[in-house]
Amino acid sequence: MEKANEVVLVGGSAGSYTLITDMMAALPETFSPAIIIVIHRNPRFTTKIEDTLSTRLQKEVVQAADKAAILKGGIYFAAPGYHLLVEPDKTFSLDISERIHFSRPSIDVLFETAADVFLDRCTAFLLSGANQDGTDGIRQLQRMGAKVIVQSPTEASISTMPKHAIEASERVDIYSNRQILSYFRNLK
Amino acid sequence: MAKLTSSHISFQELEDIIELLGKVSGFNLVGYSKSSLKRRVQRVLDLERMDIVDLKNAIVNVEGFRTYLMNEITVNVTEMFRDPFYYAALRTDVFPYLETFPRLKFWSAGCSSGEEVYSLAIMLTEARLYNRSFIYGTDVNSHVLEVAKKAIYPLKNFKLYTENYNATGSFRSLSDYYTAMYDAAIIHADIRKNMLFSQHNLATDYVFNEFQFISCRNVLIYFDLELQNRIFHLFYESLSEFGFLCLGTKETLFNHEIMAKFKVINKKFNIYQKIK
Ligand SMILES: C[S@@+](CC[C@H](N)C(=O)[O-])C[C@H]1O[C@@H](n2cnc3c(N)ncnc32)[C@H](O)[C@@H]1O
Repeated sequence: MEKANEVVLVGGSAGSYTLITDMMAALPETFSPAIIIVIHRNPRFTTKIEDTLSTRLQKEVVQAADKAAILKGGIYFAAPGYHLLVEPDKTFSLDISERIHFSRPSIDVLFETAADVFLDRCTAFLLSGANQDGTDGIRQLQRMGAKVIVQSPTEASISTMPKHAIEASERVDIYSNRQILSYFRNLK
Repeated sequence: MAKLTSSHISFQELEDIIELLGKVSGFNLVGYSKSSLKRRVQRVLDLERMDIVDLKNAIVNVEGFRTYLMNEITVNVTEMFRDPFYYAALRTDVFPYLETFPRLKFWSAGCSSGEEVYSLAIMLTEARLYNRSFIYGTDVNSHVLEVAKKAIYPLKNFKLYTENYNATGSFRSLSDYYTAMYDAAIIHADIRKNMLFSQHNLATDYVFNEFQFISCRNVLIYFDLELQNRIFHLFYESLSEFGFLCLGTKETLFNHEIMAKFKVINKKFNIYQKIK
């Protein structure tokens, strides 16, 4: 399997779970970017999103493992309790440093490190949530020329996170849920 | 705070810093995962309001700065009974085997401020193994080792530690093992007795004893596969026949050839036993 040349990043917190599963369900049979998702979840309840989705979608959906290569067409979730980072050789690494905005994994950490490695070959989605995670990451993504899409706050179950990002940075695209799903349906 | 940062470090600049540190000190960061290291170095720049030139200058010229830098770069986040079910697995899968040894030596490599070492000592006490045990706690970070030796921790952390401890299935109460004083908790002397904390660098130092048990948890994620490989050989050499090696929940021997010399004792918690 080849390493990905391009990544699609997704950051979601409270209220984003259903949309994320719908996004994954909308994906075509094959596509070339790797999809990397951080969703805040309580490490104490080991909700197995990966297993649930794998079964439902009949696709391989995995937890990003430390030092694993980021492969074309891979769907990866950040492990609960650890930050997920992208390394310059297009592998993952995990880190258990301090929480950021009360979160580990932190969306900022994934977004910032992916931006440094994949530069403008990055598209990032920031979805519903009750905190401010993601905003700093978006700034770094934009600095590197990546495309940033924020879920429309009017449609987000909890609008704090998308709103915060929109207020903090110009140049973000605001998508409705329908537009977000259509992006994933048409991914090549 | 961090918002006032003037300069963003690049991967190339990070490489320069690693090279410089290697030249002027014994600190070798070559095998560290780059992205996490870069964030840590950036954090120091932000804290100190330094740019990359200041940083290089301080590394070469400022007394004590290199040690300070290493202490700041390493990630020391830890807790007592982190992953309670790992400790439960020690009790069921490892301790019965250890009972057959007359003397037991343990090594907690990358022990940070000692919470893992005291957790282990408590488990050994409850299994009636502690009297014949000795635990070495090592870390590269001199500051956290000082904290570990004092055995005094913020009392506010003990809500989580107590939850963790209870989740291991222990039949006692964590408060049996510490005394609360104002906002601090000090670990009792009978838990502190059979242990020694000292500096050891997994990237550059060698075997220093023979052990029946080595735990190295949440340290290897900071290293690339090559450095991990060096360290697994070091552990292999340091283990007695049928000694145990315990890694963090996201760390595995499976990417390494040396796996062939171990048997998996607990797959979920990455507990292995040396068999050849
Ligand atoms: C995240 S802490 C893990 C603490 C504890 N084992 C746990 O799981 O909670 C990682 C520790 O590894 C130490 N470390 C980093 N590089 C090291 C090296 N080269 N040699 C020894 N220890 C190192 C750090 O100083 C830090 O205290």
